[in-house]
Amino acid sequence: MRICGTLPGVLRRGVTAAAGWLRALSGDDAYERYLTHHARAHEGAPLSRRDFYARREAAKWSGISRCC
Amino acid sequence: MRITGVLLAAIGAIALGGIALHRHEPINALWIVTAAVCIYALGYRFYAAWVAARVLSVDASRATPAERHDNGRDFVPTHRWIVFGHHFAAIAGPGPLVGPTLAAQFGYLPGTLWILVGAVLGGCVQDMTILLLSVRRDGRSLGQMARDELGALGGFAALIGTLLIMILIIAVLGLVVVNAMKHSPWSTVTVFATVPVAMMVGLHLRHLRPGRILEASALGLVLVLLAVWGGGWVDAHPLLRTVFDWPSLPLAGFVVAYGWIAAILPVWLLLAPRDYLSTFLKVGTVTLLAVAIALLHPEIRMPALTSFVDGHGPLFGGKIFPFVFITIACGAVSGFHALVASGTTPKLIASEADVRLIGYGSMLLESFVAIMALIAATLLDPGVFFAINSGAGVVGSAPAVAVHTISSWGFPVTVQQMQRLAHEMGERTLFARTGGAPSLAVGMASIFGRTFGRGFLSVWYHFAIMFEAVFILSTLDAGTRVGRFMLQDLLSHVWAPLGRTSWYPSVLLSSTLIVAAWGYFLYIGVIDPNGGVNILWPLFGIANQMLAAIALSVATGILVKSGRARYAAVTLLPLAWLALVTTVAAWQKVMSADPQIGLLAAARGLSARLAAGTLAEPAAAVAPQLILNQRLDAWLTGLFTAILWLVILDMGRVCLRRLRGLPVAGSSEVPYQAAHPHPLALGGRVPQEGA
Repeated sequence: MRICGTLPGVLRRGVTAAAGWLRALSGDDAYERYLTHHARAHEGAPLSRRDFYARREAAKWSGISRCC
Repeated sequence: MRITGVLLAAIGAIALGGIALHRHEPINALWIVTAAVCIYALGYRFYAAWVAARVLSVDASRATPAERHDNGRDFVPTHRWIVFGHHFAAIAGPGPLVGPTLAAQFGYLPGTLWILVGAVLGGCVQDMTILLLSVRRDGRSLGQMARDELGALGGFAALIGTLLIMILIIAVLGLVVVNAMKHSPWSTVTVFATVPVAMMVGLHLRHLRPGRILEASALGLVLVLLAVWGGGWVDAHPLLRTVFDWPSLPLAGFVVAYGWIAAILPVWLLLAPRDYLSTFLKVGTVTLLAVAIALLHPEIRMPALTSFVDGHGPLFGGKIFPFVFITIACGAVSGFHALVASGTTPKLIASEADVRLIGYGSMLLESFVAIMALIAATLLDPGVFFAINSGAGVVGSAPAVAVHTISSWGFPVTVQQMQRLAHEMGERTLFARTGGAPSLAVGMASIFGRTFGRGFLSVWYHFAIMFEAVFILSTLDAGTRVGRFMLQDLLSHVWAPLGRTSWYPSVLLSSTLIVAAWGYFLYIGVIDPNGGVNILWPLFGIANQMLAAIALSVATGILVKSGRARYAAVTLLPLAWLALVTTVAAWQKVMSADPQIGLLAAARGLSARLAAGTLAEPAAAVAPQLILNQRLDAWLTGLFTAILWLVILDMGRVCLRRLRGLPVAGSSEVPYQAAHPHPLALGGRVPQEGA
């Protein structure tokens, strides 16, 4: 990994990294992660983007996921 | 590392010393922040590390459920900072904002000390322990663990406790929102507007651009900020403002109707998108508040201790012991966290080594949120603080009478001062806005206003109200839904089809029952001339601490059963403390002869005045309902205490049998499997065969 570089390069890498974290934290990249998992571990067609998020939300809100 | 520790201890000691020595002059909030950060760092670096390594025997070489059952959806090994974010967003609700604000009536010192000590030795330990125990049991819930490890009684107690606590928290939070909106067109418009905004975000996420969470949340944030501005525009409009100027009762009706509709609508339309908005607002506002407090370092105006430690405070009755420990649950110890720590989070943990950061660390951050709420409440002039937070039934409904009463306590305040403040905040009046949200919003607005520009105080105030309302309504939606599932689970024992979570008649019936239950407490709170929060919040606190005691009982039982009795004090001491404060508080709430504290005494007093005809007309009309409610609350408190002691005795029985070498229920821990040695990078995953 390169430590130093031109300022725009460093900035770009920083912004990319921050965007990656933000996507991971918010769940924005969950479908891409699911596709990677599916390609590795399962046969057949994966769920569509829409169906994947529908199932994910249904699972998230069927248990205690928020506190006081 | 050792040098850092010594340095932290020294700075923490100096900061605490600073707080202790400045007893009779205003102190700077920075002393409190510094002491908090040092104590957290020491707790995390030394105590949490010791508990994780020695007491819980955290083993990074052991495969977690996320790795063993990886299915790409609910069981997913995830980077520890991502899980930290999810877990913090899940545990930190409005509780740590409201409790410390109410407890500020005792002065800033009791709340601060309890938040720091309670979190480091109690709440964080509970969260981390339950998290690890659940990780070791395939992510099983607290109720299931109680049933497996202690017996059917423990499981049933956890279920009933959770259901009751859910009903109470929703009612009291609904009351907080209603009190913020009453006769405030600006707040009402802004809070109402968040509903269609959430629905637009939901439609966007479902149909237009599925799963583009960041994009949809950004859109939603812009829209809610526009709603804050739009509320101001409506408020300035002479005709429109009258359309949204409502007293408490119809507003409570709206909240109940909203809760019922939200419970039966599909989650993607309202609940899920509202939650994305509330999470972004929560993290953003809390960060902004921390930055503003660091930049502004305001003076604390509230004394260290007020005369209300004797039990006659206007926000709620009861002496400092045990009531400061009941009022501040979230932020110090919150039993509810044990449900989250044994829910979604354990299924995401990639390595056991992460439980210290996620379990202990997230709770430290929540504790810090509570400290900031305490600072925001205590930097107000005490007279102003009491004028906003005292119910009309306590200080009188006429402003002149209220300021006279409050000034006579030694906290000078004038009608002009309150009018000027209300005008600055864009409100007609700030008197008797009980529940903590408005005074927190005034505190936050003055911090933000002084840091980022004075001109927008009224916008900051309504931004703060919107921020609190958005995640209070999220808790209300999510809580009603979880309550509905629990009720359906219970009802399925009566008639099996009622347990089918997607059968519409059962959905309608169970949602209606849950909404009716919290709607009842909300209604009583609204008609109570003392504000209602004074009764409901301590009841919620007792319920929450009871749940924490159940969680700590399960943890202690498991420690003893697994041959680690010599370390049992780690969970037994917080358990003993919570059992003590909860039992004493419950005893006083039921039995005290002082009508400000004792529910039965209050009911007797009110009945006598009703019979003698000495009550004025509006009070006389609602008195029979208040009397009935006070008796009901007394019974509920008794029920909580009974459940608590049954679980503790059951835990004691299991521990004694184990120590005497008699047979006990077997451990439900999943046997050791080696973890895959590859470290988990962000976005990377642990390779494994099949799922």
